[in-house]
Amino acid sequence: MGTIFVIAEHRQGELRDITFEMLFKANTLCKDLSHKLTAVVLGGDEALADEIKKWADTILLFEHERLKNFDGDLYKEVISGLIEEYEPFITLMGHTSWGMDFAPALAIKTGYPLATDCVDIQVEDGRPSVIRQIYSGKIFTKVSFRESKSYLITVRPGSFTPEEIGEQEGEIIKKELPSDLPEPSKEFIGFEEAGAGELDITQADLLVSIGRGVGEAENIEVVRELADLMGGVLSCSRPIVDKNWLPKYHQVGTSGKSVKPKVYLAFGISGAFQHVAGISGAGTVIAVNKDPKAPIFRVADYGVVDDLFNVVDALKEKLK
Amino acid sequence: MNVVVCVKRVPMTQEVDLEIDASKKDVSKDMLAYVLNEWDNYAVEEAIQIVEKFGGAVTAVTVGSEDDEEVLRRCLAMGAEKAIRVDPGDLSLDGFVISKILAEVIKGLEYDLVLTGVQADDDNYGIVGSMLAEHLGIARAAVVNHVDIEGDEANIKVELEGGVDEVLKIRFPALLSIQTGINEPRYVSIMGIRKAAKKELQVLPVTDLGLSEDDLSARTVVEEVFLPPETEGAEIIEGDAATVAEEILRIMKEKGVSV
Ligand SMILES: Cc1cc2nc3c(=O)[nH]c(=O)nc-3n(C[C@H](O)[C@H](O)[C@H](O)COP(=O)(O)OP(=O)(O)OC[C@H]3O[C@@H](n4cnc5c(N)ncnc54)[C@H](O)[C@@H]3O)c2cc1C
Repeated sequence: MGTIFVIAEHRQGELRDITFEMLFKANTLCKDLSHKLTAVVLGGDEALADEIKKWADTILLFEHERLKNFDGDLYKEVISGLIEEYEPFITLMGHTSWGMDFAPALAIKTGYPLATDCVDIQVEDGRPSVIRQIYSGKIFTKVSFRESKSYLITVRPGSFTPEEIGEQEGEIIKKELPSDLPEPSKEFIGFEEAGAGELDITQADLLVSIGRGVGEAENIEVVRELADLMGGVLSCSRPIVDKNWLPKYHQVGTSGKSVKPKVYLAFGISGAFQHVAGISGAGTVIAVNKDPKAPIFRVADYGVVDDLFNVVDALKEKLK
Repeated sequence: MNVVVCVKRVPMTQEVDLEIDASKKDVSKDMLAYVLNEWDNYAVEEAIQIVEKFGGAVTAVTVGSEDDEEVLRRCLAMGAEKAIRVDPGDLSLDGFVISKILAEVIKGLEYDLVLTGVQADDDNYGIVGSMLAEHLGIARAAVVNHVDIEGDEANIKVELEGGVDEVLKIRFPALLSIQTGINEPRYVSIMGIRKAAKKELQVLPVTDLGLSEDDLSARTVVEEVFLPPETEGAEIIEGDAATVAEEILRIMKEKGVSV
């Protein structure tokens, strides 16, 4: 009987959502393949491991001072050791900033093939393949691996919705770190809140949000006027902040804020996963985009295929 | 402080109705315009700001065809001193093979820092930087949005999910994958690109690098590409702008937002 590994991601004592999303998917795979699910928790403590007991057959827990904060080099060393020891069929990791740091390095160290940013995983005739999105989500692709003993996959956050599964009591096995650990190549200084500011977009009932489609910095005022007329709050996608057109606290998405307005009006936003992950809590999403194939229309409730300025002007006209 | 920056030329696909090509393994690219990958543009700017401050030189490297030299010329116009294009011929490339090729080239260069973009805008793997660091055996950090150099180390910020940055100190040599917004990439004029035509652009056939067949064989294979499955998706509001506006206001009211 084979095993599937899930590498838990946690930060400051809390498991990240991606961990449960991966555990859920791994569970379905394990059922189909009669494999065992092994969760790997580097750092953290028994309380953290307890939280995933019901998802896994086994939890390998490493408690150590050096694992208090994420250390990609240690992750690479320890996980490659575990892969040699347990020979998992598949190892799932998060396609997160930390996953992007250690997973590709792990692939080189172990020699096993890796596919990143996957939104689905299938196994046919004993070989896994994955579904990915390319060209900013406008095209899907099926990717297979060179034949291997073990396969590595990073999973896009938000791709799987964990549902209740049957209760089980996974066994927690405490593991020791190998003694010949590499010297740390980085020193952890601390965490910093990015983009604190006077405005809190997470509290707004109505967000009027702009993306790169707004074109020029001057055009932001045109949309801001609409937001003011509507009594809404202006928010934006990442490129607007990258260009310094609006301060960071306006940004919606994985590296900005998760928002929950009653209505989210998206003007000229394509709908990259890092953006739409931030609006899953929105009541109703209305998207305006010139491109009928823009991925935002796959997640919006209502869509308008038009130049955003036509719609903005018409809305202003009605409100005046 | 010598900096190597790895770049890729990518098609612009926003506002384009993409079509699957005959092979069913990619989209047809005949009609597409190309640019320097957005993330790489920030990486090149960061590299140039570093050498402007600390001295040294920037070398830009790409793995690609002659058409891809366009983005190297742009890097030269931005201030890189030298550019290298590795011609992969008709190899099938994945992140593994590209990182292997880049590593072989970079091993022969003098460098303190290697920069890549976090990901390429076309296939979004985000894989090359970290693989490259491992081939080179150097320290690495992914999704870096701030670099502050002091001697042979740097204080950096790694951007995490949820609007939190992780502050770290990293020693050189190191590889950083650069996130958008870290700086303001400079404007490049056609004149600037013309002037930079005198700078050195070296072309290396991949066969010159002495890599083995295994080094050059892809670990992942694109089986097929396809259009997103038709899901329910958005209900499209039709009509002229005035009708659309009225309908939007009606929906907003229905959802409890009065304006
Ligand atoms: C680690 C990481 C974290 C990230 N975090 C975030 C995040 O938190 N938030 C975020 O937003 N992004 C984030 N991104 C970036 C994300 O991948 C996309 O690049 C970004 O969301 C694109 O923004 P956009 O939709 O405004 O621009 P684009 O993708 O360029 O889309 C612009 C859209 O505007 C449309 N358009 C153009 N002109 C008009 C017009 N006149 N009228 C109507 N429509 C028009 C186009 O058709 C297009 O669909 C992150 C990326 C990475 C790698």
